[in-house]
Amino acid sequence: MNGEGSLASGASGAGGLHAERSDIKVRFNNVSMHYGDVEVVRDVSFDIAEGEFVSLVGPSGCGKTTMMNMLAGFVRPTSGDVLLEGVPVSGPGPDRGVMFQEYGVFPWLTVEKNIRFGLDLAIKRHVSRTERQAITEKYMRLMRLGDFRDAWPKNLSGGMRQRLALARAYAANPHFLLMDEPFGALDAQTRSDMHELLHQILQAERKTALLITHSVEEAIYLSSRVLVISARPSRIVERIDIPFGFPRDKSLLDSGEFIALRSHLREQVMKQYAEQQALR
Amino acid sequence: MERLTEFGWRLLPFLTVIVVWYLVRWSGLVDQGLLPPPHLVFLDIWQRSTDGTFLIDIWMSVRRVLLGLLFGMLLAVPVGFLIGWDRRIRRFIDPLINFFRALPPIALIPLAIVYLGIGEVAKVAILFYAAFFAGVIVMYEGMSQTNPLFIRVARTLGATDWEVFSKVIVPLTLPHVLTATRVALGVAWATLVASELVAAQNGIGAVIQNASAFFNLTTIYAGIIAIGFFALMMDTILRWASRRFLDWQEREAQ
Repeated sequence: MNGEGSLASGASGAGGLHAERSDIKVRFNNVSMHYGDVEVVRDVSFDIAEGEFVSLVGPSGCGKTTMMNMLAGFVRPTSGDVLLEGVPVSGPGPDRGVMFQEYGVFPWLTVEKNIRFGLDLAIKRHVSRTERQAITEKYMRLMRLGDFRDAWPKNLSGGMRQRLALARAYAANPHFLLMDEPFGALDAQTRSDMHELLHQILQAERKTALLITHSVEEAIYLSSRVLVISARPSRIVERIDIPFGFPRDKSLLDSGEFIALRSHLREQVMKQYAEQQALR
Repeated sequence: MERLTEFGWRLLPFLTVIVVWYLVRWSGLVDQGLLPPPHLVFLDIWQRSTDGTFLIDIWMSVRRVLLGLLFGMLLAVPVGFLIGWDRRIRRFIDPLINFFRALPPIALIPLAIVYLGIGEVAKVAILFYAAFFAGVIVMYEGMSQTNPLFIRVARTLGATDWEVFSKVIVPLTLPHVLTATRVALGVAWATLVASELVAAQNGIGAVIQNASAFFNLTTIYAGIIAIGFFALMMDTILRWASRRFLDWQEREAQ
């Protein structure tokens, strides 16, 4: 998968599914969502294939989070189906690790115990104690949290908390990684570090990923495909295959192609943002 | 040395109060007969303690407070939990709680005597009443602030209902239990004297009652200081427990 395909498709527009593939893991099938009278998501269809990294970008408050929540299993669509390996999502499960913007780490557990939380649950009872500890140590090391194993989350910086959330998600070994603006609250430098770290860990252990973000640059840099989401109600207004392969590094950010893609996408998002403002 | 300084700072406010007490007495603003000097009050405490009766009174009072608090919290935790948790239960119980909470426990003393007599049960029941309503409010205010995000996170990691309860909800509830206990303890002590109005036989409240019948101001002060002292001791223990077990909390939350 990783990033082959043409510089798609300002023209592909809102319609049509991607060509049928055998390795489709997630399928949104004409999904709509209403909260009472408010229509949040309107007739959204898209697929995520094995190992793909898909980003949803769009104005804040446009319903992107609702789409992720449907995949995570926190809410059900009013109509249409969210299919996970062909089966409608019926609730949250350990096959889908989730990262939230904040408050995701458990404040009453130390760094080490946060990472081990998922491993100590009944569903992992078959994993031996030594193995659980080894997994915990591995992600603690990968996320550079070893020196803070006994620290409380309250004493961690924002970036460290998100590293902890990522380590915890990975330790549970999910098939999917769902991220809802996970870096939104971080400063630019920390955010950039997190991008590198995410690239590294995804390179080492590929997950099928869905990222919600309002940063176009972040979306392009991390994703294999970007979907631009409209102002409320959410529709997909543009699908773009990102033409860069993996691994990527920061030099990509300065390439002409990246910059062109970024300004094109930014324009699209700004248009939606303006509409969103007009809605209010 | 540092500990000594710390201890000194703890003691300083009380020493100041004692100094002010002497000053007020000596200034002549208050009739000296109406304000016994601190040293006589402490002497009274010492004498009453050494002859043993005061210790029994203190023990009776402490026991009533602890029993009222224990039963009150044993009910307040699950009830506060339920109404913080389920909207339907909240809609049903909330008006009742607000009605009964508004009733001063003292107003219930005649009823307590009628139904429960004048023994220990009536006294503990009044303290139970006071502790329960103070505790339940704190419990459910706290519970309704519980961030549902943590439950979602636990679910995405594969937690079962029981694991969500035992590994997420219980740790999130514990701070509120401790806060509720502290509030309920304060209210129980505040209600103690009133509860010991029921056929004052023993207890610090009874000591104060009897002393007041003989216009024995020194002993009234002795009783008041004893109540304050033990209330403060228990609160200190609970605060220590909070720090010890809730180290993970943000400072401002404590």
